[in-house]
Amino acid sequence: MRDAFDLVSRHRVAAVVLVLIAFPWVMPYEALAINILIFGLFAVGFNLLFGYTGMLSFGHAAFLGSGSYLAGIAIVHGGWPWYAAIAAGTLGAAVIGLLMGALAIRARGIYFSMVTLALAQCVYYLFYQADSWTGGENGLRGVRVNAIKVFGVELDFVHPMTKYYIVLAFVALALWFVSRVLASPFGAVIETVRENDRRAAACGYDVARTRLVVFVLSAAICGLAGTLRALHLSVVPIESLHYLTSGHAVMMCLLGGMGTFFGPFVGAAVFLYLEDVVTTWTKHWMLVVGVVFIVFVLFFPRGIWGSILHWARRREA
Amino acid sequence: MGEITLNLLLLQAIAGVALGAIFVLLAIGLSLIFGMLGVVNFAHGAFFMVGAYAGVYFYGLSGNFWFSLVLVPLTVGVVGLAVERVLVRPLYGRGIDYPLLLTFGLSYVLVEAIRILFGVEGNPMGPPALLRGAVDIGVGHFPTYRLFLIGATAVIVAALWLFIEKTRFGLIIRAGAQDPEIVRILGIDISRVWLLIFALGIAIAGLSGILAAPTRAVTPEMGIPVLVESFVVTVVGGMGSLAGAVVAGLLVGIVYSMTSLFAPEFAEMSIFALMALVLLLRPQGLFGRTGLFG
Amino acid sequence: MSTTPVRLSRRKLLLGTAAAATSPFWFNIARAQTAPIRIGFPVPLTGPFSSDAQDQVRAAEVAVKEFNDGGGFRGRMAELLVRDDKLNAGEAATRTLELIEKDKVNFVVGSLSAAVQLSVNGVTKERKIIYNSISQSDAINEVKDWSPYTFHEALNPHLTGGAVGRYAFKRFGKRVVFLTADYAYGHEMVRGFQRAGKEFGVETLADIRHPLGAADYSAFLPRIQALKPDVLLFCNFGRDLLNSVKQATEFGLKSTTKFVAPVLLYSARSAGGPEAFEGVVGGTSYYWRLEDTVPSAKAFNDKFRKAHGGAVPSDYGALGYGGVRTVLEAVRNAGTTDSDKVSAAMRQLKYDFYKGPQYYRACDHQSVQSVLIIESKSKNMKDKNDVFDIVSTEPPDEKNLRSCAELGHKA
Repeated sequence: MRDAFDLVSRHRVAAVVLVLIAFPWVMPYEALAINILIFGLFAVGFNLLFGYTGMLSFGHAAFLGSGSYLAGIAIVHGGWPWYAAIAAGTLGAAVIGLLMGALAIRARGIYFSMVTLALAQCVYYLFYQADSWTGGENGLRGVRVNAIKVFGVELDFVHPMTKYYIVLAFVALALWFVSRVLASPFGAVIETVRENDRRAAACGYDVARTRLVVFVLSAAICGLAGTLRALHLSVVPIESLHYLTSGHAVMMCLLGGMGTFFGPFVGAAVFLYLEDVVTTWTKHWMLVVGVVFIVFVLFFPRGIWGSILHWARRREA
Repeated sequence: MGEITLNLLLLQAIAGVALGAIFVLLAIGLSLIFGMLGVVNFAHGAFFMVGAYAGVYFYGLSGNFWFSLVLVPLTVGVVGLAVERVLVRPLYGRGIDYPLLLTFGLSYVLVEAIRILFGVEGNPMGPPALLRGAVDIGVGHFPTYRLFLIGATAVIVAALWLFIEKTRFGLIIRAGAQDPEIVRILGIDISRVWLLIFALGIAIAGLSGILAAPTRAVTPEMGIPVLVESFVVTVVGGMGSLAGAVVAGLLVGIVYSMTSLFAPEFAEMSIFALMALVLLLRPQGLFGRTGLFG
Repeated sequence: MSTTPVRLSRRKLLLGTAAAATSPFWFNIARAQTAPIRIGFPVPLTGPFSSDAQDQVRAAEVAVKEFNDGGGFRGRMAELLVRDDKLNAGEAATRTLELIEKDKVNFVVGSLSAAVQLSVNGVTKERKIIYNSISQSDAINEVKDWSPYTFHEALNPHLTGGAVGRYAFKRFGKRVVFLTADYAYGHEMVRGFQRAGKEFGVETLADIRHPLGAADYSAFLPRIQALKPDVLLFCNFGRDLLNSVKQATEFGLKSTTKFVAPVLLYSARSAGGPEAFEGVVGGTSYYWRLEDTVPSAKAFNDKFRKAHGGAVPSDYGALGYGGVRTVLEAVRNAGTTDSDKVSAAMRQLKYDFYKGPQYYRACDHQSVQSVLIIESKSKNMKDKNDVFDIVSTEPPDEKNLRSCAELGHKA
């Protein structure tokens, strides 16, 4: 049991990807599975900042949304090919992350959270008002990617299964990247800063720079999730930038398990699946979501995956 | 824009003060809870909404506005007591994030519970007969009820100030904010103090709900934008500072009102820009203390 | 030994025939003959417009039942698949993908917001599924969003604003102020009013934009008070309209100004009550009292009453009925559920299902229909549902729509 466990943690990206390859076959429809991939990546990006670095941001919707919008604008107004649009969205979100981060890092604790909220709302209003580019409240429509040509092979992006595996390819790449970062010396510095930033500074680490770098990486990953969302839905809704979307990232991380690698994915899957299923039973799904959330905060603060890991580790000891 | 006269500017400013009055009350509640308990109450907007609905209910039952005005903070405060004791207390000491997350989930539950009890359409509530209509205040016609709102807020703020500055319990509150350890050592049950403060903050939120109800639509979603606006005000004023809540509340109300006159599309954004500005220049807020829960 | 090959091959032949006769191939053909005609129906069942959405569902069910009671289409019954889009464009796109990919719907009808219908349309048009939109939008007629599979049963802001403007400007005055919700729908209404106003020499004193969903309008009203216009045009919708009208009344504006709104939503008026809306004039696509003068309205209302315990349909409810019924009628006329043929059949359709004669304009599939001008009333109400008086009806006329060329369609 211990060996199997070790093997999986050392090859965690491969393990996750294997699970995700089989995933759409157990979901009722592919569009939901793709949403889970996208929001799972969003939650993983958010978790990099929240779970691993200990910084609670209420403004991460700004990165998901700007990634979506910039990719969409590249396709709709610029006629760019899909891969250039994805790059544009991811880089653009990273730049916005750099600007927001540089301003927000100066604040500490709850003030940091409030600054991110305020700046993200400013981003929301800016995109809303620029309606000749973004469509304003109607959203950006026409993000059509029908065929993806890769190594001479043409793939039909409209076909749901094909779409899923193409999105999975990007998500897998991003997860691999996050895993490498976390396993690197830099990853250790991140967790040091979370545990005791004064001590980290005393040891000679540049705490502010560390935080800013993580902020930008987190923004880039959420931006990538955003670009994939734009391609998936063919539309960028204005709510992508709203703070309620930021709130979803927080909920998914908590449900799944903050500070664990796979936790946010689990949280996203549970959250979206529950929302989908509960909506068919009752229109009071918000009540169910709220109660489940409260129960988790009170009794399972480690989240689903975090609790599973904790239980598995205790079995070993 | 040729028709901007001094009268219009003054009238607009007074409208801003009336708007700010509600912000002041909400920020006081948030600030009290944060300053004393270190809890960021994400359910504050939801309790505001619950207070408005309680107002609709009691006013509908009794036909008496003043009676309802007293009953609402009492009932909502009792709910606050229950919430603190059952839901929030287990989370003290676990870090600032957990009570925040809990209240976030609680807001979902409250909104949906109201939808189930009262329906989704919304229940309008008009001002009592005494306060209907508008008066000519020299610079223009202004709704009587909003003037009452400004007055009522001033009275409530004054009463709170007296309570905190002049009573023994207020002394305990001030001491507890500075140093909860010492207060405990002195034999005072700090957890009971926290319980009452939380309930008081929630009660004020409920009171602001019924006060605001005649000026806007009473719907289950009415607390959502209000929550973010209250955070803006509390942060601008300084979390944990009551003077800050008052000044910032009025400031935000007036900024919103004046921006609405000159550039209405940017009215909502202007308060966030204000918050970002204050946080960048003076991160602890106008009246906040550096290092307090920072 | 020598007879075995013959026996085996005969057995093989028998087995082969039996297999072919029972194979899924035949099952599929047989099933297709009786497979239901599935209509996806994404509407905001939760959220601020849930009562309107539920009325749309009720009315759509009347249309489906009517179709099925009439034998369906060659034995195939219609089936309504209702989904909650939560008034959210992203959620709506997901639901539409679910309806198309998992539930394999033949057609989609729905929604109750401009952003949501455009998002649904984006998904359906890519997959060649017919979508009949049942709420207001100008953008859906424009060539950028439109497709041969996109239909629009509801009114659009340009037509509504224009019709109400044509009624109001000649009666109430020329000096107008707009109080506009700052989103596409609000701006489109203003444009509709201003275009109609040109022929009356209307003077726009101000176009005051307020944030969508604003709770408190007190910041915008002093300026309107100072301007003292003849007409105050509330270019907003539903709850925004209710709120702004209430507060404008509190500021004493009714004494000097006539309140006009492009769309007086039945549910908002019922929720807001008679005093709030007293004297307000506006437009709508349908009001149940139309049954006094239009026979098809009476027929529709009676079917609705019978199915739903005496209740009457609301304005958006009627659109739910019309949106579904036109699609099913076109299926019968086309003799198939194939999207291209049904689309062609809908284009030819001339119908009078619930409010008078209608047809879909060829270039943009906009349903050309009448606009009712209504005034809210508080006295002489026959029952609690009798909340409006129909003061005028603008007959259907393509001239009142934006031209095909203006929308970007080639002739």
